[in-house]
Amino acid sequence: MNEINLVEKDKLKRRKSVSYSRWGYFFILPFFVVYILFSLVPLISTFYFSFFENYRIGLMEVGPNFIGWANYHKVIYETEVPRFALNTFIIWIVGFLPQLLIALLFAVWFTSNRLKLKLQQFFKTVIYMPNLIMASAFAMLFFTLFSDSGPMNQMLISMNIIQEPIRFMTRTDTTRGLIEMMNFLMWFGNTTLLLMAGIMGIDQSLFDAAYIDGASSTKTFFKVTLPLLKPIFVYTLITSMIGGIQMFDVPQILTNGKGTPDRTTETLIMYLNNHLASKNYGVAGALSVLIFIVTAFLGIFVYKSLMKENSITGGKK
Amino acid sequence: MKRFIVILLVLVVLTGVVFAEGVREATPTQQGKVLNIYCWNEEFQTRFNDYFDAAGLVPDDVTVNWVITPNADNAYQNKLDEALLAQKTASNDDKVDIFLVEADYALKYVNTNYALDVINDVGLTDADVSNMYQYTKDIMTSSDGKLKGLSWQSCPGGFIYRRSIAKDVLGTDDPAEVQMALDNWEKFDATAKAAKEKGYFMLSGYDDAFRVFSDNAKTPWVDENGKINISDSIEEWITQTKTYTEKGYNNKANLWSAESWNGATLDGKVFGYFGPGWFIDFCLAPACLADAQGPKELGNGSYGDWGLCKGPQGFSWGGTWICVAEGTDNIELAKSILYTMTCDKDTLVSIAQEMGDFTNNVSAMEEVAESDYKNVFLGGQNHISMFLDSATSIDRSTMGPYDQGMTETIQAAFADYFNSNVTKAKAYENFYTAAIERYPNLTK
Repeated sequence: MNEINLVEKDKLKRRKSVSYSRWGYFFILPFFVVYILFSLVPLISTFYFSFFENYRIGLMEVGPNFIGWANYHKVIYETEVPRFALNTFIIWIVGFLPQLLIALLFAVWFTSNRLKLKLQQFFKTVIYMPNLIMASAFAMLFFTLFSDSGPMNQMLISMNIIQEPIRFMTRTDTTRGLIEMMNFLMWFGNTTLLLMAGIMGIDQSLFDAAYIDGASSTKTFFKVTLPLLKPIFVYTLITSMIGGIQMFDVPQILTNGKGTPDRTTETLIMYLNNHLASKNYGVAGALSVLIFIVTAFLGIFVYKSLMKENSITGGKK
Repeated sequence: MKRFIVILLVLVVLTGVVFAEGVREATPTQQGKVLNIYCWNEEFQTRFNDYFDAAGLVPDDVTVNWVITPNADNAYQNKLDEALLAQKTASNDDKVDIFLVEADYALKYVNTNYALDVINDVGLTDADVSNMYQYTKDIMTSSDGKLKGLSWQSCPGGFIYRRSIAKDVLGTDDPAEVQMALDNWEKFDATAKAAKEKGYFMLSGYDDAFRVFSDNAKTPWVDENGKINISDSIEEWITQTKTYTEKGYNNKANLWSAESWNGATLDGKVFGYFGPGWFIDFCLAPACLADAQGPKELGNGSYGDWGLCKGPQGFSWGGTWICVAEGTDNIELAKSILYTMTCDKDTLVSIAQEMGDFTNNVSAMEEVAESDYKNVFLGGQNHISMFLDSATSIDRSTMGPYDQGMTETIQAAFADYFNSNVTKAKAYENFYTAAIERYPNLTK
């Protein structure tokens, strides 16, 4: 009897100590399975394939032959990759800076307790709208709007602003400008929402205190909002930078994959895509690995340098 | 419960295997139920629907599945290559049965085993194909002498001009007299100048005359050592196009772009376009209609306001060949399609008379040329008779497997030069870079 009791007790004890946390692991399992299968494995195999000469000309397969670092040598020294990297950077930064400024302004206005803007929901929806359109569809739209005999040219001519149609797609400044404008339009709404979330996360009493102390709204913005917004700021910068490095669909569609004129709008990923026709896994792999390393390095660098002194963020005691 | 699920899963997998095996064993004796046709636009689909399907020649239990992938950026070839390389392992209903190839890359498939010999493997006879234009057979003949594909069209090209503009510029719209004013490049240039003075563009854009020069090239794009070679006629195209652009003789439109077709509409300012039979009925005619649904007759847009002459130089452009894929389970149907669409004289006469296509049958074309056939789009001209001589003299011996890539690449690289964005030397450099990116096995 006693023995049974003990066993019962033991069972009870064991059941009590059952850890439900393992269910947590089950719940996050699908993500990791999918991630490993569709992200990690391809990532590692990209590294692996980058050491081989492997391409296809029509139905003739060349390789895979192991050639060591030759693909990397080729990408770095024999191609115009630095130029394409510069294109990518210019197009990204010119689109990103105004985007950040406008988004910051909107975020402050939308969250301001003193302004109390009307129709906030409406504006938030409207500024987010462009992001809902597929990038390729957006690029197609701009391609048609700004073509030589497109509506934009017709409008400008009928308003007597220009005499001859502007050939937007044959000039570096206008083509880049269109891409930058599209990136701006597509992403400023998203950034506004992110920054708003950041600002709303700041303790309202800090703003009130600043107000009572007689700080002007400019001063409040620079001395209270901006410093406390830094984590979100850094997040926005890093995600936008990664997005910028991977810029592809808009310029690809707008320039028909050619990066016209003279490849001045060819981005890194567009160049990568050029190797698709010959299924050149080796060179494409090497290029992808290099882009991966640069992206990772830039991400870490930006994070470290901006988050170095987090003295005012309050959380620290 | 768990055990039940496991058993159920095992059963499902097993039945799959058993049934799949069953299907696989059954098919060789009977014809497949799905006919997969790979192509890049609706041209053949329209012909097939009008002249094969409409005649009730598709068996009731067969589904025709069109896999259409656009040509640009190599997309069609990539898709087709992928499917052909997987041909052995694909299930019967997924196998490529018929695929279409274009002149620019036909050779890529002709010298492989992926395309069946239409005589020995598919079962057509030499007599069936005897009436075809010789060049359409030469292109598709492999190095070991096997005929790998057939076409319903032959593609001699001419200069398709606007009658009203010709009247304004030259004072006549009669094909023979217009030809007099255009029959070499010097005269062509002079007419271009006259057209410019009247506010017209001789050509639509940079690439419009490209095929006239590239088809007359004396050397192939790539020599036997894999070295890229720009032939003299391509150089002529570059020089001429630069001059035309600077003097404003062309409208700077890209080939196939909306701007280019705009030039052909009722108030379009383009004197003419270079093109073969398929260009007239498949590309130009639809673009000319003001009301796409309206009747195809004079008065609807610029329809009917066109004429055709040989132009400064004879040339051919494109062409579509039908190949039967190795491993097809629809060989009987494929044979019947090839026969009706490419060998049957009556069908080819109808296609020519109803669609204006120049079809691939010498006696059919002679018959139509003699007849009182009138092409409404070309203002009642019998254009078949005009194409008759050029068709027999087409020579495509400089053709190679890289033609499409080279054409796209050089047109893109030199557009920058014509737009004055780069120097000529830089344009050459850009061309070589892009070509080698596309074909890593070639050298400059």
